[in-house]
Amino acid sequence: MSFLDRYASVLSQYDVLGAFWVNIQLTFWAAIGSFVLGCLLALMRISPIASLRGFGATYVQLLRNTPLTILMFIAVLGVWTQLQITLSGDFQQNFFNFAVVALSLYHAAFVCEAIRSGVNTVPVGQAEAARAIGLSFLPSARLIIFPQALRGSITPLGNTLIALTKNTTVATAASVAEASGLMKTMIEFNSDIVIAIFFTFAMCFVIIVIPMGLVTTWASRKWAVKR
Amino acid sequence: MSGVNKHFGDLHVLKDIDLTVHPGEVVVLIGPSGSGKSTLCRTINRLETIDEGEISIDGTPLPAEGKALAKLRSDVGMVFQAFNLFAHKSVLSNVMLGPMKVRGKSKKEAQDLAMALLEKVGVANQAHKLPAQLSGGQQQRVAIARALAMRPKVMLFDEPTSALDPEMINEVLDTMVALAKEGMTMIVVTHEMGFARKAAHRVIFLSDGQVVEESTPEEFFTNPQSDRAKDFLGKILNH
Repeated sequence: MSFLDRYASVLSQYDVLGAFWVNIQLTFWAAIGSFVLGCLLALMRISPIASLRGFGATYVQLLRNTPLTILMFIAVLGVWTQLQITLSGDFQQNFFNFAVVALSLYHAAFVCEAIRSGVNTVPVGQAEAARAIGLSFLPSARLIIFPQALRGSITPLGNTLIALTKNTTVATAASVAEASGLMKTMIEFNSDIVIAIFFTFAMCFVIIVIPMGLVTTWASRKWAVKR
Repeated sequence: MSGVNKHFGDLHVLKDIDLTVHPGEVVVLIGPSGSGKSTLCRTINRLETIDEGEISIDGTPLPAEGKALAKLRSDVGMVFQAFNLFAHKSVLSNVMLGPMKVRGKSKKEAQDLAMALLEKVGVANQAHKLPAQLSGGQQQRVAIARALAMRPKVMLFDEPTSALDPEMINEVLDTMVALAKEGMTMIVVTHEMGFARKAAHRVIFLSDGQVVEESTPEEFFTNPQSDRAKDFLGKILNH
């Protein structure tokens, strides 16, 4: 049997696309979760209330510096097994949901810092002008600061999204049947074509991630705030 | 305001300032760089906090924070040296924002008001452009319209022409003179002696955080009393 025939027969035995579809779904939900949470954290970190600033800073330091794998284990072994909290009646869906929560909590710290870097691109005069016409903190953040800050943080947000996409492979630690888990199984039973299997999975990630980079570069130019 | 003191670290920037501005009065603050005139102007709507003393507007003491402070700021128009138009919004939206989000006016009302004010300051034909597409003089006139849209009780001008090319200074000053003629209460930090002569009721000369001299523009420019003011005027008027 030639190498190509062997490769094709191995691929046909496993649902590689199905496994990647799980990674894409993890990315999608965790991107939404981490973006919303990251925005809230960024809001806390620039707020005039010291205790909120303190909470935001502590959250970022804690979550940014904890390995994602450990968060996955805490979610599944700690929260589910030990505390018996379930996020879904369905066995597989439960793991998936825990993985989304862990990914969201972890990447929210990076989203927060990306947005805060965007806030730093907004001149202080913008906030002063907003205050001067009588806008209090929340309206001026929502109407003036955040719209400009988000446009200034498209590139770092894109970087975080790319990291998130690749980090979904860690969900295998939370027993989610996704691409990297499948890869491990395939290698175990087909060690003669291990390089080809590695290469296949790597290329699939590259194909998913490259458009993200292109879109964020394009968007950061298109929506740049002209000053 | 009375007995106002402020420090930046070791630097005592405002020293026992007492100042009363009457409705309809135009007061010009002048003085050398670092004399505290911009800081004084910014304390009036609490963009700078003060360490001691009291500032009241229309009889109400300046609130420390929160909604009451926001409410007070909405009654005090401010024009900045760097214009500070909201960079992501059109000229029209810049002027409409305050009336809609702070005063709760409908979009239609806010738009009519904004267009009328833009007309008044002479940039109505630029209404749909972004601030960055306008010249400095046009941007500053939009900033004046944005402040006026709040129907303020008093207008603060913090060196409104200092960032402008010479040929654009006059278009902004003309707008300010017109405003002064309409009876707007104005506190103006400026180096434009022409404006002070033409529109001011009172000139206040600050040096090292203190009010050194206070008089009518004529009196001040022709017959300054203090040595510090004589020295300052000598330097700026003799060329």
